[in-house]
Amino acid sequence: MATASAPKPPAFDLAAALKEAGLTAFVMLALAAGIVAFHIVDVPGGLAIETRFGTAIAVAALGFFGRLGVILLRTARPLPVLVVALAAAAVWIAALLAESLFGPDWAARLQMTLPFDDVVVNWIVALTALGFALRALWMLRNAGASAEEIVDRDAAMDSVAARVARSSRYIGPVLLVAAVVFPLLIFMPETAWLPSVDRRLLDIGILVVTYIMLGWGLNIVVGLAGLLDLGYVAFYAVGAYSYALLATHFNLGFWICLPFAGMMAAMAGMLLGFPVLRLRGDYLAIVTLGFGEMIRVVLLNWYKFTNGPDGISGIPRPTFFGLPFSRTADDGGETFYSFFGLPYSPTDRVIFLYYVILALALLTNLFTLRIRKLPVGRAWEALREDEIACRSLGINPRNTKLTAFSIGAMFAGFAGSFFATRQGFISPESFTFIESAVILAIVVLGGFGSQIGIVLAAILLIGLPEFFRELQQYRMLAFGAAMVLIMLWRPRGLLAFREPTIRLHHGVSPPAQTVAAARPDEVA
Amino acid sequence: MSPSSQMQPGPEPAVKKSLLVVEHLTMRFGGLIAINDISFVAADREITAIIGPNGAGKTTVFNCLTGFYEPTIGRLTLNHPQRGRFMLERMEGHLIPAQAGVARTFQNIRLFGAMSVLENLIVAQHNTLMRASGFSFAGLIGLPRYSRAEARAVERARYWLDRVNLTARADDPAASLPYGDQRRLEIARAMCIEPALLCLDEPAAGLNPRESADLNRLLLDIRNEHGIGLLLIEHDMTVVMGISDHIVVLDYGRLIADGTPEEIRSNPAVVRAYLGEEEDEDLPEEVAHDIDVKREDD
Repeated sequence: MATASAPKPPAFDLAAALKEAGLTAFVMLALAAGIVAFHIVDVPGGLAIETRFGTAIAVAALGFFGRLGVILLRTARPLPVLVVALAAAAVWIAALLAESLFGPDWAARLQMTLPFDDVVVNWIVALTALGFALRALWMLRNAGASAEEIVDRDAAMDSVAARVARSSRYIGPVLLVAAVVFPLLIFMPETAWLPSVDRRLLDIGILVVTYIMLGWGLNIVVGLAGLLDLGYVAFYAVGAYSYALLATHFNLGFWICLPFAGMMAAMAGMLLGFPVLRLRGDYLAIVTLGFGEMIRVVLLNWYKFTNGPDGISGIPRPTFFGLPFSRTADDGGETFYSFFGLPYSPTDRVIFLYYVILALALLTNLFTLRIRKLPVGRAWEALREDEIACRSLGINPRNTKLTAFSIGAMFAGFAGSFFATRQGFISPESFTFIESAVILAIVVLGGFGSQIGIVLAAILLIGLPEFFRELQQYRMLAFGAAMVLIMLWRPRGLLAFREPTIRLHHGVSPPAQTVAAARPDEVA
Repeated sequence: MSPSSQMQPGPEPAVKKSLLVVEHLTMRFGGLIAINDISFVAADREITAIIGPNGAGKTTVFNCLTGFYEPTIGRLTLNHPQRGRFMLERMEGHLIPAQAGVARTFQNIRLFGAMSVLENLIVAQHNTLMRASGFSFAGLIGLPRYSRAEARAVERARYWLDRVNLTARADDPAASLPYGDQRRLEIARAMCIEPALLCLDEPAAGLNPRESADLNRLLLDIRNEHGIGLLLIEHDMTVVMGISDHIVVLDYGRLIADGTPEEIRSNPAVVRAYLGEEEDEDLPEEVAHDIDVKREDD
């Protein structure tokens, strides 16, 4: 496609480009004037305002050059971009690495040239410049690429998604084995060839798997049935509180409460389902958003029942077939360690929790994979595609929607009771709208309906920010940037590809075009 | 009913049995009367066409029949050859196809675009499969009963794919089919619910002459081989005159004519509705005379 179009680059209007870049610089300057130029600092005896005009001007200059670079790349003139961006990247990286490359003297001198004090910001600038250079280099190698490359890139990414989806029968087990083996690495000696795992990494693993499970659960509602649910965290909360209250009031164990918590959440799903039966799209999203907040506000204010903002503490931990993971059992009975004759280790409980959530998540996945091939699952997908056509085929839209809501909610309930048992303490604080938004972001970024996509998105959105917690505020910046980039490049999600639930022609399916070409012409 | 038994050509009935009886059907939207006191009968094993100028209320009749609208006044009776009598105006929308066996297609095609062609036909057999899967519980634990039912469903889907020439594209997304194929797929999907009455809303719209001729043959085959009644809204007069056994003409929500194609062709009220009153002088003498007489009657 790209080669078919004229290789001549589009006309370049220097004045217009400079004007546009100047405008960008002006906007950047206006923004930076308020945000960057004045900085409140602590001084002995109070606060003082520090001015950073140089930094603000640097921001505007970067905006100017960045915009100019984008325009040049768009009009297929990569050479000047390559030269300038490479030079900028070289200067920045040299300055940043000067300490180890040239020694402290040079480092001090080179770092004087950088406009920003913050190392992370300097790195962002350096990497952006490097990105520009790489893009320009790529354009030089594939001369003649033009606007149509977006279509090509989409097609290429679609084929990647298709390949991933098709090969998920191999990728799935590999990921599964990795997930099963992962906590065992904690026992590896540090010198082993495999990377060692510490307690913190294991906690991140539990968090990621919890979100994977929530993503898979929400995927039933949003991805399969096409019902945009912004209040999914409500069911998570219902599950958590069901377990916490049953356990603390009636002294019931985790494994007995788990199905109850799921059932309570499923009933809450039905409760939400009834009033929103006739709603679709934006309206449905608003009502579910309200429902999510309602549950949280009820939990916050029904003090006698839920203990309000104080939360519920002392939630019992799950046991291994009745054997607790503690040094000594409360009732003087056997513990996991005394039963198996093992030395006490506090990490064992974390490993056990990891396997519990992994099993629950796999149950969700298995359920989804199976239900897709059953009439209910197909009816959900048909409902997402066209509700009126569904009715004309005798599918009851009310029942279909309610099953989707309640089954999706049930898995959130399971995850919620796991959350309660893992934390040992829950309060309404944990079930804010932002949780719903993050779970929905995982489903949307992963690609509606793609199970593997959700795994990748959960690792990307939950695992990486947790892993890079040292970077503090920048990790949220990266979160936002990742979302914007994915929405720009893959608006339908990372791995949006739908494999039919049933095939007539088995074996390797030929691409659609070949089928169309090979199709015997209709008998005239 | 298995597909093989369905394929047997039924014996021609000696007496016309009424399949659908529409009595005094009226539909008002606020002050607007979309259809006004329409009564007609569609016989079993016949193709009944509803024609009329744009805005005559044809699709409204369909929407009343298939439960999308609740008629203001009127009675809609369906005499199902096996399951007895159904009062359509009292039934919930989704039960009309499921129990009374009334299937329909849409003027603007409504396929499940992201789902494959085969899946579209399997979804149409939802209620049969739902019972076979024990409302999903038996299906979830993988009982053989469900896989057998699914195999039968695929067999029926395959039969209809063969009939509409789409077997080669069975695994492609429905939205990727060309327009004419989508029209035929929608008919196949409607037939998969094993209807007693198939309602087609402008099935020939946007088809080229060859596709239109193929469609005629398909509809005649459905009537002859499956022994069901067809109700057809159509603007394409070659389709209407070529295959209908019986034509009902609507104009401004009123029924203006009801009869065989020959009768309709020479009906002055129909001619007037289609050509307009100013065209009187272009009409043959006797038709113009008839119209004048009718006008005085009014």
